[in-house]
Amino acid sequence: MKYLPTIGLEVHAHLATKSKMFCGCKTDFGAEPNVQTCPVCIGMPGTLPVPNELAIDYAIRVAVALNCNITQVTYFDRKNYYYPDLPKNYQISQSHNNLGDDGWIDIDIDGETMRINIDNVHLEEDAGKRVHSEGSGTRYSEVDLNRTGTPLLEVVTKPDMHTLEQVDAFMNDFRSMLLYMGVCDCKMQEGSLRFEASVSVAPEGASELGPRCELKNLNSMKSVLKAAEYEIGRQTSVLKNGGQNKQETRLWDDERGVSARMRRKEGSADYRYFPEPDLILLNISDERLARIRDELPEFAGRRSKRFQTEYGLPAYDAGVLVADAATADYFERLAAQTNDPKAASNWIMTEIMREMKDRKIEIEEFSGKVPAHRLGALIKEQKSGTISHNIAKEVFAEMVETGEDAPAIIERKGLRQISDTGELDAVVEKVLAENPSAVDDFKSGKKQAVGFLVGQIMRETKGKANPKVVNKLLAEKLG
Amino acid sequence: MSDVPDAGGSEMCFMPGHQLKDRIVAREITSRQLTEAVLGRIELLEPGLNAYVSFNRDAALARADEIDRKISTGEPTGALAGLPVAVKDNMCTKGTATTCASRILESFIPPYDATVVERLLAADAVIVGKTNMDEFAMGSSTENSAFGVTHNPWDLDCIPGGSSGGSAAAVASGEATSALGSDTGGSIRQPAAFCGVVGLKPTYGRVSRYGLVAYGSSLDPIGPITRAVRDCAVMMNVIAGHDPLDSTSYPKDIFADYTAELDAGVDGLKIGIPKEYFSEGLDPEIAGAIDQATRLYERLGARLVDISLPHTPYAIAAYYIIATAEASSNLARYDGVHYGHRSDKGDDIISLYSRSRSEGFGDEVKRRIVLGTFALSTGYYDAYYMKASKVRELFRRDFRTAWEQVDCVVSPAAPTAAFRIGEKTDPLQMYLSDIYTVSANLAGIPGITIPAGFTSRGLPIGLQIMAKPFDERRLLSIAYAFERETDHHLRRPEAK
Amino acid sequence: MRISREEVRHVAELSRIELRPEEEETFLSQLDDILTYMDQLNKLNTDDVEMAFHTWDLANVMRKDEPRPSLPREDALANAPERTRDAYKVPRVIE
Repeated sequence: MKYLPTIGLEVHAHLATKSKMFCGCKTDFGAEPNVQTCPVCIGMPGTLPVPNELAIDYAIRVAVALNCNITQVTYFDRKNYYYPDLPKNYQISQSHNNLGDDGWIDIDIDGETMRINIDNVHLEEDAGKRVHSEGSGTRYSEVDLNRTGTPLLEVVTKPDMHTLEQVDAFMNDFRSMLLYMGVCDCKMQEGSLRFEASVSVAPEGASELGPRCELKNLNSMKSVLKAAEYEIGRQTSVLKNGGQNKQETRLWDDERGVSARMRRKEGSADYRYFPEPDLILLNISDERLARIRDELPEFAGRRSKRFQTEYGLPAYDAGVLVADAATADYFERLAAQTNDPKAASNWIMTEIMREMKDRKIEIEEFSGKVPAHRLGALIKEQKSGTISHNIAKEVFAEMVETGEDAPAIIERKGLRQISDTGELDAVVEKVLAENPSAVDDFKSGKKQAVGFLVGQIMRETKGKANPKVVNKLLAEKLG
Repeated sequence: MSDVPDAGGSEMCFMPGHQLKDRIVAREITSRQLTEAVLGRIELLEPGLNAYVSFNRDAALARADEIDRKISTGEPTGALAGLPVAVKDNMCTKGTATTCASRILESFIPPYDATVVERLLAADAVIVGKTNMDEFAMGSSTENSAFGVTHNPWDLDCIPGGSSGGSAAAVASGEATSALGSDTGGSIRQPAAFCGVVGLKPTYGRVSRYGLVAYGSSLDPIGPITRAVRDCAVMMNVIAGHDPLDSTSYPKDIFADYTAELDAGVDGLKIGIPKEYFSEGLDPEIAGAIDQATRLYERLGARLVDISLPHTPYAIAAYYIIATAEASSNLARYDGVHYGHRSDKGDDIISLYSRSRSEGFGDEVKRRIVLGTFALSTGYYDAYYMKASKVRELFRRDFRTAWEQVDCVVSPAAPTAAFRIGEKTDPLQMYLSDIYTVSANLAGIPGITIPAGFTSRGLPIGLQIMAKPFDERRLLSIAYAFERETDHHLRRPEAK
Repeated sequence: MRISREEVRHVAELSRIELRPEEEETFLSQLDDILTYMDQLNKLNTDDVEMAFHTWDLANVMRKDEPRPSLPREDALANAPERTRDAYKVPRVIE
């Protein structure tokens, strides 16, 4: 018998606001424990939440981008449960009235479009963190509330995925959307973006899904895939052996590559959602919604297609460039500046990406050092024959280092290419005279000897000789 | 020194706040003199009254001196300059314990001031102490305090009402010039009525709740308890107005001088008499006093109109579901981890929570938490919480209909005068005593109670007046019209 | 009976409140009385009535995304019944 896995994802994303969801504390990652807290996010008696307008805007943006029906008059609920990293012992969340419902995104699987449905999008506050004290003898945990109250967006998909490839494509596309909108920094290692997968397996053709397992502690997209793969295998083998799967929550152990059932009591949860009485209604006006719709960026998929048609780029180049919105923006500026999209694309994909990797910087920082118009000027110098490609690379390195203009560096270092036939003629004559054996080799049919001679000429001119002119001269003289 | 330490000061302790403030600013008396007199009364009366959870003589006097210095150097001073004010112990005071009369918060020292406390201080008030209350404001008698019952200054065997019983008793007995209370279901108006003082529950959203330890968040406003209507208006000038720290505070609330229309009178006003507030269970002596009060209004030019607030009989049921549901969630935070009482018997996290809470909360609080949790739990949410919230909408409709006919509604504040300590042991019977006050909380409208007479046993009777949302100025002028014509508010409990 | 002993136990557990057997007994009868009283709400037809939250029908009270100073750590932890140098201390939570 064949078995069909079914996978749904629950995504939690920290919204990239400067302050928390309901108070003015900062949301910086990596601060010392308990230095980014105040009476409100500690949940001290008497304190009240006041919502962060930008966080709500960001959440609407995501719901709109995911083609959800937007609940224009909405409110927050309290989700009641006791946990040491949740100081009020309730979480301000949404349940009765999600910000967005019934959305979808299309993903691309081997050139085929597949639609993943979104159940809902809602906004809530994150909890704090427990830090287990070192040593096996300790019987206590420590609680750090810095993260408590960070605006957290939750997106729940329908169980529409059946292969790891689909899960991978969804995660990548969704992440790219968040980055494009600038609403989340998507640093999974810092917990800004977290996925939980629910996996079930049923015999192919079965009318109902199998009992689902929720997988927690998935710290990277790779571990989502590994954990899902493990879980599909586990559930399939249970079925194959005539057993039955149980609905449960399992904790993924990335190092050992296995998951284990969580010991938390199942079935006793009763969150007792009710409308948060400390907050009033949220009314999203038609105008606000229209503005947010208008401001949505062109997402990676569509942009890649446009890069191919508008700029004539190969699909691979377009894909690399649109992976990051700021890089794609840089490309478009550079292409306009140089009137040569392919050259612009080549420069970004080779020189710029290498520089960024070597210096461990992002495009934003790079662009601060070498804005597109300056790099454009360099590329123009190269195209006009003022400098050779190799010299251009040298000038580029200098620009990154000093932030100087290309023409200034070329001038200062005397790198202007020698294209003057008269000036080069003397050098060519000199090299030919000094290397009779190479000349003989060439004349006896070893055509590759010309490469050696060009090399010598370049050495004489410190690389500034225009290779086209040199080749022409050599052809004349050896011809 | 005479045997009665406040022989000279006692007079001062009973003067209306606005007169005292004028005399302090005119340098006829000092804030120190007044504060010392009030502290003298506190020290004299507290053993019998227990109106305060805590007071700080040195801090109060230092503050009084500071205000006196300000006045003597000619600096501008605020509306409460030098007045000794008491604050209910469920409003956070930075650096001073805020207990909510609960063991669980006995050691809690807030690192911040409630907005109302900030505003009192900005108005140059002297905060003398924190007043006793029913634990977490859950009660109608101040018997549910972890720190002992407060006694009624008019009869020490009686309760002062609740939950702001400490504030009302303190103001009635001259232990403070005025006080702040909070009113979730009548907790300002009923004790004010039982103690013979003025208590105003403002429109929901008019006074910031930031720093008020929450009981029922959608019902809970803070308001003044004073000996004169004008003092109430002055206090509103200080505490009312939008607060960006409270999302439920009315954002369009700009400053309005609540004293401006005090003299407007009631000539031509239509006063509604809701028949449901005069049905069985109302003590005839109270009914008589309210009847006299309405006749007085008639003589003053008002027209009495019989009206109906048909959902009144359902008020207690709806109120206690909503309030306890919200409370069950609001009080979840008291778990022994971040502040407050922590049991030394909790070996794992769940027993730490359960032990700390069971040791820290009193019976009535536990009962309401359990009731509220039930009302929200799976399978019961629709039947209880949702049903009550829908019924709540019917209360808003009742009053909207009333405002089409009348300018205000008058009623008794409670079916009886203050009852005896220990008299009501059944929780439901206690809840039923809130019948005349909870509707205003469900509808969010303002209500005031003022002294309207005394029972044959000498206990105060309160008249309640309710008005449209944000119509406090008219409410105060209607109350003042009555006070001007009567002398009930001038009577004092005998000093013991 | 509007509420059973098991429900009282369950709800007390959800509320993290320990009831001694005699408290359980008292609560059961008191809560039953109260809930019976509350049943009168069922006499009202509320099919076409919306749930009411607050007094006034305004929406969108929000704050700008501007950071404000946090509490110094010592002030934040000052009320903690048990703490370490920089954190709140709780019995170990096992998952």
